[in-house]
Amino acid sequence: MEFILAILIGIFYASGLYMMLRRSLVKLIIGLILIGNGANLLIFLLGRITKGLPPIIPGESPVFLKAYADPIPQALILTAIVISFGLQSFAIVLVKRAYSVVKTDDLDQMNSTDQFS
Amino acid sequence: MIQHIVLYPILIQVFIAILLLFCWSRVHWQKVISVVGSFLSLGIAIILFITTWNEGTLTVQAGGWDAPFGISFVSDTFAATLILLTAISGLAVSVFSVGTILPARLKFGYLPIFHFLLLGLNGAFLTGDIFNLYVWFEVIIISSFVLITIGGEKAQLEGALKYFTLNIFASMIFLTAVAVLYGITGSLNMADLSIKVAAIENRGLVEVSAVLFLIGFGIKSALFPLYFWLPASYHTPPPAVSAIFGGLLTKVGVYAIIRVFTLIFVGDVFLENIILTLAGFTLVSGALGALVQNNIVKIFSYLIICHIGYMILGLGLVSELAIAGAVFYLIHDIIVKTNLFMVSGLIYRIKGTFSMRDLGGLYAKYPLLSLLMAIPFFSLVGIPPLSGFWPKLALITESFKMSNYWLIAAVLFATFITFYLIAKIWSEVFWKEGKVLPKLYNFRYFDKLKLEKKVQIVAPIIFLAFVSLFIGFGAEYIQQLALRVANELTNNQHYVQSVLGEQMIAN
Repeated sequence: MEFILAILIGIFYASGLYMMLRRSLVKLIIGLILIGNGANLLIFLLGRITKGLPPIIPGESPVFLKAYADPIPQALILTAIVISFGLQSFAIVLVKRAYSVVKTDDLDQMNSTDQFS
Repeated sequence: MIQHIVLYPILIQVFIAILLLFCWSRVHWQKVISVVGSFLSLGIAIILFITTWNEGTLTVQAGGWDAPFGISFVSDTFAATLILLTAISGLAVSVFSVGTILPARLKFGYLPIFHFLLLGLNGAFLTGDIFNLYVWFEVIIISSFVLITIGGEKAQLEGALKYFTLNIFASMIFLTAVAVLYGITGSLNMADLSIKVAAIENRGLVEVSAVLFLIGFGIKSALFPLYFWLPASYHTPPPAVSAIFGGLLTKVGVYAIIRVFTLIFVGDVFLENIILTLAGFTLVSGALGALVQNNIVKIFSYLIICHIGYMILGLGLVSELAIAGAVFYLIHDIIVKTNLFMVSGLIYRIKGTFSMRDLGGLYAKYPLLSLLMAIPFFSLVGIPPLSGFWPKLALITESFKMSNYWLIAAVLFATFITFYLIAKIWSEVFWKEGKVLPKLYNFRYFDKLKLEKKVQIVAPIIFLAFVSLFIGFGAEYIQQLALRVANELTNNQHYVQSVLGEQMIAN
């Protein structure tokens, strides 16, 4: 399971970077989303995957009786997902607005702020 | 509980921002609340600073969950100093925004977002939890995205796209670094990490995580190969926005680098060499980039990059005096850079252009204002006894001690180019004979403004000029402060003890 997830995360990062390096605005956003998902899965993987052991203390016992899945990575991922959701919706609106103002979706054409004036 | 004062700088900004949201369409009320709120937050920052100075490091465990399980908020001297500087710059920019930002922008929530940005900055300085730091960084960047795009001009949108992409990418790398660090230590509390990372045998993994942090924060603070988004975007928003960005946003990246590399990843020669190399290249390439520009705001943007090099250099040299130099430079730089961008706003108000070729004749027309504007310019270069001189002295002395002559050459080169540029700006903008420029349609020139507006534009510049004069002439006090900060940073057991308590360390 860890091995498959590691490969998957690698694919996410690689394809995300590839998409970011394309010239189209939409592919840029897709690339950012893919890298974000890769990062979330990485937190999940590095928090150790423990199957079927929820972190719940049984009623009659004051402490945990056996090994349990770490709940913190899941809380972290949830936070990161919510944040990236907000950022991505902003990104989509920004791209749409930029497209309607600049009239191109080619990033190489959007260089007026880098030119000498 | 005196400790709770640590949370007040964060809470006051939330309070102001929410209050401003309620006055969405009443722009006049928004202005009043923003300025009064900024004064209050300056008061709170001063109280926090004095308390931290007298009582030592203050810690609050959020929700009463003990460290390392809950989120800690820590105010050591470094954090308290930066909170104070944020409050000073925040107050100046708040007044300046009231004077210069167009009503159309104010109606779309400029001021509430501005205070959310300050909230994020205060949170990032005070938090003692690495994931919480990530969250505060997101608060900062989402507010800065809105500030950079509000108004929706073509240049703004193009600049914003680059700013946006690189900052989100930096956050992803930061998140990846946090994931790796959590994977190898199982902790997120920075004080706890400081102990646990030191005990790890597999240094390769620690270095991977450290380099990821360096790249993530490096993009945000505009280090050498990662800075190209900054000159492409910082000149596009209104000067008030550039002022808060130039003064504080890159510095929060520097703060994070200094914090992480003095507390968590300590004593790694490989990393120190990387940091020193990056610092040297940042100094040289930032200076060279500024050399060819004609737009004064772009010159200032490149100078931000160039001067980030000094602070990173101080960190890379590791010794206590060098870190003190870096901290001193940070203190000086926040005030001066904020002021420089406000000065560029004032020049734009007077002449209607940023282009050095078209500007001119300011000294003949406004001699007193020109002298005022000279203060931040010459503080930036560091002509003794103004504020930029003292930290450079410390940095060069320490580089000599390490016999690192390339770095001394880089520092001197960057200083010389800065000096050349300031002299060039001074002769082109102030001394050169003024051209008659075509009148801009629908533009309120400075001399046509009402007295109230003029005061709102000039008063913050005077205020920050006085602060930087104080930093220059009262260098002894600032040096004491910087030495104390450097002492706390190099002896990080103090920070760790304050967060975790004595008994946790014994275990």
